[in-house]
Amino acid sequence: MAQVARASYGRLIGILSARNGDIAAAEDALSDALQAALATWPDRGVPDNPEGWLVRVARNRMTDAHRRALKQHPLPIEEHDFTVPDSYKMETADPRLPLLFVCAHPGIAEPARGPLMLQAVLGFTAAEIARAYVSSPTAMSKQLVRAKERIKANTIPFRVPEPEIRAERLSDVMEAIYGCYALCWLDGPEADSMQREAVYLADLLASEMNDDPEVLGLSALLAFLHSRRAARLRDGCYVPLAEQPTELWDHDLSAAADMRLRQAFQLGRPDRFQIEAAIQSVHAARARTDMTDWSALLSLYEGLIHFAPTLGAYVSQAAVVGEVHGAEAGLVALEKLADPRLERFQPYWATQAHLLAQSGALAEARDAYDRAISLAVAPGARGFLVSARAKLDQP
Amino acid sequence: MNYTFLLYSDPTGFADMTEDDWAREKEVYGAYIGALQEAGVFVSTDWLQPAMTATTLSVQNGKTRIENGPFAETTETLGGYFVIDVPDLDAAIAWAEKCPAAQYGKVEIRATAMGGD
Repeated sequence: MAQVARASYGRLIGILSARNGDIAAAEDALSDALQAALATWPDRGVPDNPEGWLVRVARNRMTDAHRRALKQHPLPIEEHDFTVPDSYKMETADPRLPLLFVCAHPGIAEPARGPLMLQAVLGFTAAEIARAYVSSPTAMSKQLVRAKERIKANTIPFRVPEPEIRAERLSDVMEAIYGCYALCWLDGPEADSMQREAVYLADLLASEMNDDPEVLGLSALLAFLHSRRAARLRDGCYVPLAEQPTELWDHDLSAAADMRLRQAFQLGRPDRFQIEAAIQSVHAARARTDMTDWSALLSLYEGLIHFAPTLGAYVSQAAVVGEVHGAEAGLVALEKLADPRLERFQPYWATQAHLLAQSGALAEARDAYDRAISLAVAPGARGFLVSARAKLDQP
Repeated sequence: MNYTFLLYSDPTGFADMTEDDWAREKEVYGAYIGALQEAGVFVSTDWLQPAMTATTLSVQNGKTRIENGPFAETTETLGGYFVIDVPDLDAAIAWAEKCPAAQYGKVEIRATAMGGD
């Protein structure tokens, strides 16, 4: 029962809300239908087509609710006709796909897009999503209600966009899924479960749109990242990728990621998510080769900066330069960066501290660590930096 | 250096909250406070009764004047505060960004004027 609901939730919401764009009404109706199922299935047995059954009952509820709203007086809840016509079949295309595009529509406020996917496609409550992101549940719930009202009021279409705008819309969908993964800043079981769901969403998108290399790339990237969840922290402190014990990695997940990435590269249109996944793939190879191919990483970071010149990419590139050409060269690469945001960018100070320590400039390294520590809000990152700084004082 | 975060929000946004809603709200603030404590930057915090319950006092010409209500009538009112101890404004901004109130209201950051370290 719970499994039927879990696997079907987004499909059913996609089907139920597509007609009139009313996601909130679809959620209420599905919740009623699930309760009806809990009440009748144990006695009468699970129907042959459980999803069809749920759709039918939920649609009846939506019609009832509509009728009630029209007549302005409550009707007694009648017995439902619990038979499902055999002719009913699930649509061939996954209805969750248009739902993802609706959730990431440009008419929806950017911060609401990822949470809306987690709710409409996967059935998480606003409180659960808020807990994972350490944000206010009341504010989260209002944001989601507002987004659904906008979808309904503006008749945002429930379909995969036509080719002319598809690439642009698809990149919004991908950003929102990536955001679901990246927003969890405080480690904990809630964050872990939300990240797993982001991996699931990316996988869903990749199975439906396997002709888009970036979609495959995003799926590979998140799977690689998630395959290391058990190795990310030791005693509450963040462990750098190159020092993680590879036996703690999820090798099945990372093999699946590798396969997706190969599929993506065969399409011959490299871009940001594919390159980021390729970087993760090089790190993942250490489980087989027992070494990290830093020079391969150096070329990949050059590629990444070509497609997505973010602060994070530049700083990571400088760190890799440090590994390949020595700490001094890494520091020179960092010095070349000129951006006012670097002052508040914790990875910049952490990388600088690491390179300074390697080059023997211990006093400067301590200062850089202090600055990185003051900017670190995640306990794991902070713990790592504090212990790295403490190591400078050991003989 | 102590920094005070003044959390401003519109109290009408919280008018219809249930006990459970409040419990969940407190849980998320609990997680934020936990992160501040774990980082060793936490000094103090409080959650204030609504602005309409405020008592505003002034002394003019040696006479104490007490008014019922807040100093200024605005939509967004002071709902709570955090005092944290971090080295500089950039670190204070990093923490204020993570404050749940920043998502539904505003967080005003003020450095201490008490001197100190």
